[in-house]
Parts: sequence; C-alpha cells; structure tokens
Amino acid sequence: MTTKKMAIIATKGTLDMAYPPFILASTAAALGYEVQIFFTFYGLQLLRKDLSDVKISPLANPAMPMPIPMPVMVQMLPGMESMATMMMKNKLKDKGVASLEELREMCLEMDVKFIACQMTVDLFEFDKAEFIDNVEYGGASMFFGFAGETDICLFV
Amino acid sequence: MNFDKEFDASGLSCPLPIVKTKKSLTDMTSGQVLKVIATDCGAVKDMQAFADQTGNTLLSNTEEGGKYIFFMQKK
Repeated sequence: MTTKKMAIIATKGTLDMAYPPFILASTAAALGYEVQIFFTFYGLQLLRKDLSDVKISPLANPAMPMPIPMPVMVQMLPGMESMATMMMKNKLKDKGVASLEELREMCLEMDVKFIACQMTVDLFEFDKAEFIDNVEYGGASMFFGFAGETDICLFV
Repeated sequence: MNFDKEFDASGLSCPLPIVKTKKSLTDMTSGQVLKVIATDCGAVKDMQAFADQTGNTLLSNTEEGGKYIFFMQKK
C-alpha cells in the first residue's frame, strides 16, 4: 500500500479557523497519511510559540452561536473580543475538544510537516524567534513540490 | 474479551479518540488487542473508518451505559 498524502494551506489566524487544519492534519496522520501544512498570511499566527493572540471575534460573525442575542453596536465595544474568546475556549474545554497547542503538538509528534511562507514572514516583519522550532521556511514552489503529488489538497 | 492494553478516551472529542488510539497502538505488537473506551458518539463511525483505512481490525464495538467500548487488534 503506497502512503497517501495530504496538503493543507492554512491562511486564517482566528481561533475558529485555526482548528480545521490541525484537526484534519492530526487525523490524517493517524490514518497513515503523510501530511504537510503550508502556513501563509494570517495562518502564520498559528506557528507562534504563544497562541494567546489567536482569538475569535463576534463582530461580523453572525453564525457564531451566542448565549444571548447581541447587537452589533455592543459587539464592537472594547473587551468583547477577549470575552468571546474566553467563552469559546471554556466551551471547547468543557466539551473535551483539545486546545490548539495540544493539537499542534500532536501533529508534530506524528511527523506532520509545517512550512511557513517566507514571503509573509518578510511582509509582516515577523520575528522567526517567536515561532516554534519545527518549522521549515519556503515558498509556493516548495509547497507544490509536495502538493502536486497529494491525494487530498485543502485550502483553509 | 481479552486485551493487552486499555485507553480511556472518555470525555474527549474528535479527533482525540482516534489520534490517541493511533498513538496507543504504536508501541504494541502485531496481533495484540487494544481496548478503547469513548463517550463521543462520533467515535463509533470514526473508529470503524480508522480500522478500514489503517488495516487494523475492529473486533467489536458495543455500548454500555453511555460508553462506547471498542476492541482493536493491531495489524
């Protein structure tokens, strides 16, 4: 049986959008896939050692279930983003959903390869010292070298 | 049913039961049986799909008082 392969492009840096790449990558790795995730633009935030800045905003996010209906004028007040993030993290914990840190660690344990977009690092003047160690830096061509031979390729 | 190792995934949600089942199987030898306990109802179909795709054998799959019990034999 030849090893199946999956490539994911992670472009978002919010709490809700951080989950799909790590959930799918860890699951695929558990199923025996060889997996690479290419982190670009805001997705690079998911490679920081400290993930506390990865948040969810209720603003312009009408699909987010809220305990009480909240007018947009209220959602934009200072502190609402932190509150929504705290509520979401508590909910995730209550329901036994892994933290982002735990899922990311599991991906690494199962040899999921993380590639950071060098162009975005330069664009946003990110400090590589703030990223976790197990990251390779590369560009689109490097990603296609792997993505071109995958069975599944996803853009998140 | 006899088993060689047990992994209790109670309280854990997708994808942890599957990912940690895979990890539990890693240091076992071919033919050994892992017992997995889960409370996530999604694990029922996921565990079968895991077996189908990895070649491990799901020997049994039962429910006891809100808990799902799986016996997985390593390939």
